[in-house]
Amino acid sequence: MSLFKRLFNAIKSGSVSDNEWEEIRVSLIESDLGVKLTDELINMAKTTKPADAKEAIMAEVKKWLSKDDRTIKFTPGRTNTILVVGVNGTGKTTSTAKLAFHLKSEKKTILLAAADTFRAAAVEQLQTWADRIGVEVVHGESNADPASVAFSAITKAKEDQIDYLVVDTAGRLHTKENLMQELGKVLRVIEKLSPVDEVLLVIDATTGQNGMNQARVFIEAVGVTGLIITKLDGSAKGGVGMAVEKEFGLPIKYMGSGEQISDLAPFDAERFIEGLLE
Amino acid sequence: MFEALGQRFTSIFSGLRGKVSQARLDQFSEEIKTALIESDVALEVANRFSAQLAEKFNQNSDEINISINPAQKIYELVNSQLVQTLGGATRRLKYAKNPPTVILLTGLQGAGKTTLAGKLAKYLKNDGNTPLLVAADLQRPNAVNQLKVVGESAGIAVFAPEVGNGAGDPVAVAKAGIKYAVDKVHNFVIVDTAGRTGIDDLLMKQIIDVRDAITPDEIFFVVDAMTGQDAAKTAKAFSDGVGFDAVVLTKLDGDARGGAALSIVEMTGKPIIFASTGEKISDFTLFHPDRMASRILGKGDIASLAEQAKSAIPEQAAQKLEEKFAKGEDFTFEDFLSQLEAMKNMGSMSKLMGLLPGTAGMKKQIENFDESELVRTRAIIESMTPLERNNPKVLNGSRRARIARGSGRAVSEINALVDRFGQAQKMMKQMRGGSMPMPMAGLGSPPKIAQSNVKSKKKSRSGNPAKRAIEEGN
Ligand SMILES: Nc1nc2c(ncn2[C@@H]2O[C@H](COP(=O)(O)OP(=O)(O)OP(=O)(O)O)[C@@H](O)[C@H]2O)c(=O)[nH]1
Ligand SMILES: [Mg+2]
Repeated sequence: MSLFKRLFNAIKSGSVSDNEWEEIRVSLIESDLGVKLTDELINMAKTTKPADAKEAIMAEVKKWLSKDDRTIKFTPGRTNTILVVGVNGTGKTTSTAKLAFHLKSEKKTILLAAADTFRAAAVEQLQTWADRIGVEVVHGESNADPASVAFSAITKAKEDQIDYLVVDTAGRLHTKENLMQELGKVLRVIEKLSPVDEVLLVIDATTGQNGMNQARVFIEAVGVTGLIITKLDGSAKGGVGMAVEKEFGLPIKYMGSGEQISDLAPFDAERFIEGLLE
Repeated sequence: MFEALGQRFTSIFSGLRGKVSQARLDQFSEEIKTALIESDVALEVANRFSAQLAEKFNQNSDEINISINPAQKIYELVNSQLVQTLGGATRRLKYAKNPPTVILLTGLQGAGKTTLAGKLAKYLKNDGNTPLLVAADLQRPNAVNQLKVVGESAGIAVFAPEVGNGAGDPVAVAKAGIKYAVDKVHNFVIVDTAGRTGIDDLLMKQIIDVRDAITPDEIFFVVDAMTGQDAAKTAKAFSDGVGFDAVVLTKLDGDARGGAALSIVEMTGKPIIFASTGEKISDFTLFHPDRMASRILGKGDIASLAEQAKSAIPEQAAQKLEEKFAKGEDFTFEDFLSQLEAMKNMGSMSKLMGLLPGTAGMKKQIENFDESELVRTRAIIESMTPLERNNPKVLNGSRRARIARGSGRAVSEINALVDRFGQAQKMMKQMRGGSMPMPMAGLGSPPKIAQSNVKSKKKSRSGNPAKRAIEEGN
């Protein structure tokens, strides 16, 4: 290649080498961001002719971030309801407990609803957490209708003038239409009595591109308002969470990073994006 | 699972017609690589797969070129590469020389170990074994309780000396569990353990200690089929840490692209032994690499379908049906109904549809298949008189109206069913002489599929931005 051509290329694509871009591409794909978004991102970053590739990627990803409020909404003077949803085993029950602990530390009064009436010992699991935090749980018989549990819970929360009702729901694969309808019913039963302020979709950081399908179906069924990405203490980066944020404009609200009650932190864009690039 | 990959393969294959140039073959392995990565296969594994495939193409290029049907030859090469990557032959459970056979379950948090422990135990019990479940997940709140409930409902003994919830020593529990099994003459022991990440050295050491205390005959790595790129890393960490003999895939009933399966087998050299495919305790099967490959490649899994059909339709009924066909007797509503019953026994419709060839492209319709349709159909047929069931030709307008009233369904539904039945009857006639009692005829009905598409009529725009993005086809 002629000196002139090389110079031209260097100016055209900044001083970042092709190798360096390829390395970044590998990291991003391995973070589960998805091939399509990764390539889109790198192309965008390249057009800025950056001196530092990672910084350029950071800047581009930041443009994707949802403008929505990332804190948990709160309207004083009434019960605020949070519904926690997601596929099996993502960390809904643990996140419900962590969230309750977090909100309690902000001096809010909390009631939990154990609307997972399906999985064996799910109620007891939530109860154990509740005992540790010192909050009450409303539950029904095992195999009871989850909507009826939700109904009792919101009724009690209103009576007792509770600030936050946090509802743990059964894990369900988004492909099971009947179970998604059941979830819709839980939402509607509560909404008849009081607004549902947050529907948080819990996505496991180890999830691959299936996370996109999960988001799509849960949004359609119950109008998700934000995400919790769990298990970020493992080796997975949770890139699909960012893909969901970009594609559906949904903010990641919390990051879960362990099995202790305090292992929940508000979304930290810097830290999260750096993780994708590691 | 694997539908997306199946669709990609179907479209890649359908692009192959006539003679295939070397350039086209290279492009083809490249397309497959992209399809694999998009299906969550680890980058490294996808690269290796496509390189190996390209080499196979090279070695066989003469044969591909002289073949009258190059696409078929290419299909065979991809298929064999896929079977190989998925582990080759079906792995079967190893029995210990001196019982009990001890199985240790390991994996990440939330992979589905506890549920799986119950399913595996039930599977063994159905085969005449006497499994014991050992509750050694003392970490997650009420994991012990969960195992107890699962065991109880399946009639399986559970050894649970500790309540768990963060207290107690899993090594001691596991050890005591083996002793208990020996005393009570259980021939299998399944040890459920707490989930742990691959990078938690302390917890990895703990499971190694459990392993060393009980020297299991089989260590299974349990992994969620929805796992993405991390599958390779975590599997490697467990393989290098506690080590494992085989993999169990869970949550295969979702729409995961399933690339994790390929990544794990390829990265660790360990085969997949079982697959867990639903919420019921019986949703559990042996994993067959060849059948899975054929599903991925859009050829369906006829072998599994036939097995399920066999076990669902009572031998006698099947025989009767076959005799009927052989004699050339007509297929009646009575037969239709008995097949409906069989269908119900066979488990979820959508799962079965997934086993059929050529259904990769029908993913959406399959997901929308409504099982309550079966219930409705049954109600209608039960409202018919024996005469009507055996001689559908007599179904005139007034009879149809009566059936509609009796079953609480609209006359249009009765008409649709009679039409469908007509199609089924035709299909059955064509199949006459075939040996497999196919209960599918007319049930995966096109009318229903068309209907479910119409159903999604225009809705008002949602106030929720995310929901709106979907509505606007973002
Ligand atoms: N390492 C780690 N483990 C987590 C985290 N969140 C949850 N877990 C673990 O993941 C497993 C599943 O968590 P659950 O809270 O029971 O998940 P769930 O979504 O309620 O599960 P189902 O109700 O069965 O669908 C448990 O072992 C939790 O301890 C996290 O942030 N990091
Ligand atoms: Mg739960």
